[in-house]
Amino acid sequence: MTLPIQSSVAAETGIPSVEPAPREGVDVEVSLESLNQWQLALRRFLRHKMALVGLTVFSAIVLIAIIGPIVAPYNPLNIPGATRMGGDPPSLQHLFGTDDAGRDVYTNVVNGAHISLAIGLFSTLIAGIVGIIVGAIAGAAGGFTDNFLMRVVDVTFAVPLLFLILVAAVFFGQGSMIALILVFGLLQWGLIARLVRAQFLSLRETDFVEAARAVGVSNLRITFRHILPNALGPVIVVMTLLMASNIVLEAFVSFLNFGIAATEATWGNALSNSQNAMGDGNWWWAFFPGMAIALTVISINFIGDGLHDALDPRARL
Amino acid sequence: MSTVVDLEGVSPVAEGRAVGPPPPADVLLDVRGLKTYFHVMDGTVAAVDGVDFQLKRGETLGLVGESGCGKSVTSLTIMRLIDIPPGEIVAGEIWFDGREILSLPMAETRKIRGADMSMIFQEPMTSLNPVFTVGNQIAEAVKAHRQVSNRGAWNRAVEMLAAVGIPSPEQRAKQYPHELSGGMRQRVMIAMALSCDPKLVIADEPTTALDVTIQAQILELIKAMQQRTGAALLLITHDLAVVAETVQRMAVMYAGKIVETGTAEDVLLDPKHPYTQGLITSIPSNVPRGQRLNVIRGTVPNPFRMPVGCRFEPRCPLAFEPCRDSDPPLRTLDPGRRAACWLQYPLSERPAGRDAAASSQPVTTERVAKR
Repeated sequence: MTLPIQSSVAAETGIPSVEPAPREGVDVEVSLESLNQWQLALRRFLRHKMALVGLTVFSAIVLIAIIGPIVAPYNPLNIPGATRMGGDPPSLQHLFGTDDAGRDVYTNVVNGAHISLAIGLFSTLIAGIVGIIVGAIAGAAGGFTDNFLMRVVDVTFAVPLLFLILVAAVFFGQGSMIALILVFGLLQWGLIARLVRAQFLSLRETDFVEAARAVGVSNLRITFRHILPNALGPVIVVMTLLMASNIVLEAFVSFLNFGIAATEATWGNALSNSQNAMGDGNWWWAFFPGMAIALTVISINFIGDGLHDALDPRARL
Repeated sequence: MSTVVDLEGVSPVAEGRAVGPPPPADVLLDVRGLKTYFHVMDGTVAAVDGVDFQLKRGETLGLVGESGCGKSVTSLTIMRLIDIPPGEIVAGEIWFDGREILSLPMAETRKIRGADMSMIFQEPMTSLNPVFTVGNQIAEAVKAHRQVSNRGAWNRAVEMLAAVGIPSPEQRAKQYPHELSGGMRQRVMIAMALSCDPKLVIADEPTTALDVTIQAQILELIKAMQQRTGAALLLITHDLAVVAETVQRMAVMYAGKIVETGTAEDVLLDPKHPYTQGLITSIPSNVPRGQRLNVIRGTVPNPFRMPVGCRFEPRCPLAFEPCRDSDPPLRTLDPGRRAACWLQYPLSERPAGRDAAASSQPVTTERVAKR
């Protein structure tokens, strides 16, 4: 038995040193380009063609939502009055036509973009943050805590959406964007919480968690350092898809006149207004806002699909 | 009852319970009458049912047995890594480094885990967290037990990687597990297990998941590291060749019990228990070419319906009357040499057949059929 040698590390850590193993033969050095899981996922994502198409389209939509209102040819609040009953069809002056009040449909679509996107984004963020926290607590604690939190989740699924929007309108005012964001977020965090909990339950049985326990890592550290980062992949994917579905949901409740105040330009309101015109064959009222919604949702879903493939732990380069 | 349990369960045995006298100071690990049961849907499985063994400081012991005999559960119980429920430590004492650790609160056992005793797992491919560098994971083990700076912990990680023979350890430490081969990862696991200079290392089938050429290297490494650090080694394996090469003493387990112990040489060359004899004669290289291989007849007993007497009796070619009714306790044949078989008892100490067995034999108190 060789006595442990003293090294600077030993002096620093107070643990007796172990000398390096003797080297045998010739070492072939490999290239040591080190990529972590997220970098690998990014690399896989960038090779996913559909995801890149989705990302391009979605970026364009976001760009239009930001700079569109500045460069839009008409003021959305300006109501010139119709030149023709039911609005003008698309023309060179009005690329997407006008509605019955003479408003430019293109201007409405561009101005509606930021509201739709903001509702989709922020409601999903609320659902995500609450869901991850609750799901992590339930999955890590187990027992009564877990049972209790999951029953709360069941309750959130049982609350009717439109009823809650009506209640929220009392507190935040009719047609408030904040009300919609809160209602969507508070009804949907349970989805994320269940997913995170399920991830926790399966991850805590993994060998690397047991190995971490075997070297004496604390429960708190295991939860946040070992389990949570590994649980996030599927959560990110679901949150992406949730954002798309919330954009549709906004259009849906606005269509039912439960959503954003009808005077605001949103995609849902534009669709809602177009109801009157459908019988007259004025397709452009509904077509362009509808296309905006569809394009946004499809592009986000493509991104989600790409993320799903990129974040799949079984995927290899 | 809840479906989920706390990560570390609760202390299974009441604290402050009566325990026997501590073992001599040179005994690092003393497992006495250990019983770990699992309460599952279909009943109770006595995975470990009365296991006794000792491990001296710096000694190497091989725990041998086939799949499901309870050797892994034994090691997880020593590490206090059994989930409770469904597991339950029904009885027994585990003395480690002068303390009875089953009486310690969980927070105390975590201080021991990784510092004084650590474990090398079977599956190097899945035992490392994919989202952190290997250096980070070794450093985490160091930081869990020592007051060191991040820098100091990292340096220790690099030093350990060098110690287990990983070339360019500074760079390797910055790599992620998926960038290393299976053999490399097992070296990392060994480095992690030894990073806090433990007194006991439990290696649970450390080479089973590796290909044959790497197996020899890893065994060689474990043996070398054990000698260089002076840690005691509990090697769990089903591979007799591994045992023969690596350990000084061995214990053979069958159906939750230890049936034979002794030096590796004694047990392998002169097995006393028919199960050990069966294992050794079934090694393929012991059979001349062209002949049928030797096997142990039958299968491992159903864990829900263990035989009342000796658990090996239904498969034993040498079984006789007392074996069916009384479970033989381990008998010390020579110092350090024990076997649990009625054939090793003098005639006067054997239970006299069926009728007498039910009377006052102390061994029958452990009958399983009562459950």
